[in-house]
Amino acid sequence: MGLTMTSTASKVSALALFLVVAFVLVPWLIAVSGRSDLYYTLTSVALLSIASAGVWLTFFIGRINIGQGAYALLGGYVSAILVTAGGVSFWLSLPLAGLLCAGISVLIGLPILRLRGVYFAMVTLVLTEVARLAALAVPLTNGAKGITDIPPPGAIRLFGLTLLPDFATLANPRQAFYFVTVALMVLVFAGVYRLVHSRIGQLCLSLQQNEELASSIGVNVAALRIIAYAISSFLGGIGGAMFVAIAQSIYPSSFAVADSVNFMLNCFLGGLGYVMGPLVGTFVLYFGWDFLFRTGEFQLLIYSMVLIALMLVLPNGILSLFAPRRKES
Amino acid sequence: MTQVIVNGLYLGAQYALIALGLTLIFALMNVLNFAHGQMYVFGGFITYTVYGQLHLPFVVALACSGVTLAIIGALFERFLFRTVIRRSVRDESTMLLAAGTAFFLDAVILLLFGEKQRGVPKIVNGVLNVDWLIIPYDKIIVGVIALVLIASFMAYMQFSRPGRAMRALAQDRVAAQLMGVNVDRYSMIGFALGAMLAGVVGGLLVAITGVNSGIGGPISIKAFLMVMIGGAGVVGGAIAGGFILGMLESVGLSVLHAYGDVTYLVIFAALMVFLSIRPNGLMGKPWG
Repeated sequence: MGLTMTSTASKVSALALFLVVAFVLVPWLIAVSGRSDLYYTLTSVALLSIASAGVWLTFFIGRINIGQGAYALLGGYVSAILVTAGGVSFWLSLPLAGLLCAGISVLIGLPILRLRGVYFAMVTLVLTEVARLAALAVPLTNGAKGITDIPPPGAIRLFGLTLLPDFATLANPRQAFYFVTVALMVLVFAGVYRLVHSRIGQLCLSLQQNEELASSIGVNVAALRIIAYAISSFLGGIGGAMFVAIAQSIYPSSFAVADSVNFMLNCFLGGLGYVMGPLVGTFVLYFGWDFLFRTGEFQLLIYSMVLIALMLVLPNGILSLFAPRRKES
Repeated sequence: MTQVIVNGLYLGAQYALIALGLTLIFALMNVLNFAHGQMYVFGGFITYTVYGQLHLPFVVALACSGVTLAIIGALFERFLFRTVIRRSVRDESTMLLAAGTAFFLDAVILLLFGEKQRGVPKIVNGVLNVDWLIIPYDKIIVGVIALVLIASFMAYMQFSRPGRAMRALAQDRVAAQLMGVNVDRYSMIGFALGAMLAGVVGGLLVAITGVNSGIGGPISIKAFLMVMIGGAGVVGGAIAGGFILGMLESVGLSVLHAYGDVTYLVIFAALMVFLSIRPNGLMGKPWG
């Protein structure tokens, strides 16, 4: 299907370049310029792009998902409750949050994945609002006061070997969070890339193009949809759990409808046809929004106007700029 | 119980008007208008300014809301949606644009009207107090105006020439074009009409509940709920969805208030079950 025509060697070198930039160059620049607040910003971009990657995956099977905020919130609460009430290590709660989100998304997905287009989009949007209301109503989540003072992640020790130090003892926990989140992000995007270029990925592409046709030649449409949606929600869950570890608190409003819409916008802006789309989109949107902060009360106005203008000029995403010839294939 | 049902009908009439605008835009252009709630808020603030600040008659204020929003809607369609629909590869791309316009309206509302909750003086004082029902007169008036608007909207769509053209467009865009319907023109009229409805409801409700810049998003979500219940793109569905949601909300609030703020949780759970039986709502057409 020729999503990417680049050779393996150039892909590996691009990945290596990214790793060098993310793990060596950026920390060095931050150390030189002394702006350690950038760690927080970049960490946020990384974890938001993880959740956006999930949204992108549902776009890949031809569904518009505006419900990622629900799973991010759920994952966040699961991790927060496990850590504070259950005394579970954060590193264990991270995959558990993802798995629980995936499990619940299967239950929710069974009925709603039969919907298409705008219907699916609307139902997922409502899902975000429901997650917020549920967080307010369920006693376990402590209502509007939220869960605060969540302890930072502890150490990971394997056979007496310390793999990751206790975050509470670190001099610069922000840097540690940055490294962990970016590493997680690289893993996620590598995983999504692998998935998209696997046999399952090809089948998912057939769903995006024509579900009836795919089903008529023997593709198990229902199972594929559920798998893709579960993976998507898994990513939303770990994104949310990671956010909680960094913010050390979670409220019902931590992930609201606006966040769900933003996850979707990240995908659109980066480009729906490219695995790296959500990463680029998140980066541009987050930094664009931050950059416009100095315009004060006109921030939202300029931001939305730029968004509309981008849509008029580049309706197929930023990454379509760099790949003008791929459209014909 | 009568009280609850009357409240439900009153809410339902407002909701049906909101849903009508959303479903009209969707039927004509396949665009999910994210900015619908913001258009509602904008209409509310215009009525607040004209009626509350300038002390002109309420009806004039409502007309101002409607006309302003119709102009905004027409401009959005002409310069934004039409262009993007023509250029983009996937038709979901209009969603980004719709979200962008929602942010844009939010920003404009904040800049023009600020973030305070605004209300206007009552249009009519007094309360209707029969032994089985207590309802303020202004609620009755607003409810009746809403019902009249719904009826006239349906009559317009059914009997007027533009109405017929828009119904043809919703049924089959290409066929309508082949029959000589000016597609661009009626898309614009439809978008303007949908936006106008949102603006008028905003103006109506500012007299009862007031308005603030933050309620646009929640209103959009309610509109989506109604459209899902009734089925997207169908006039009857929007009206049914509006009244059903209004009734559910009214009954839910009175029955479930002992359990806290769970009405919408229950409504949503019921909706999931309902949608698994009827994926296209009560009378919607399949999409895709």
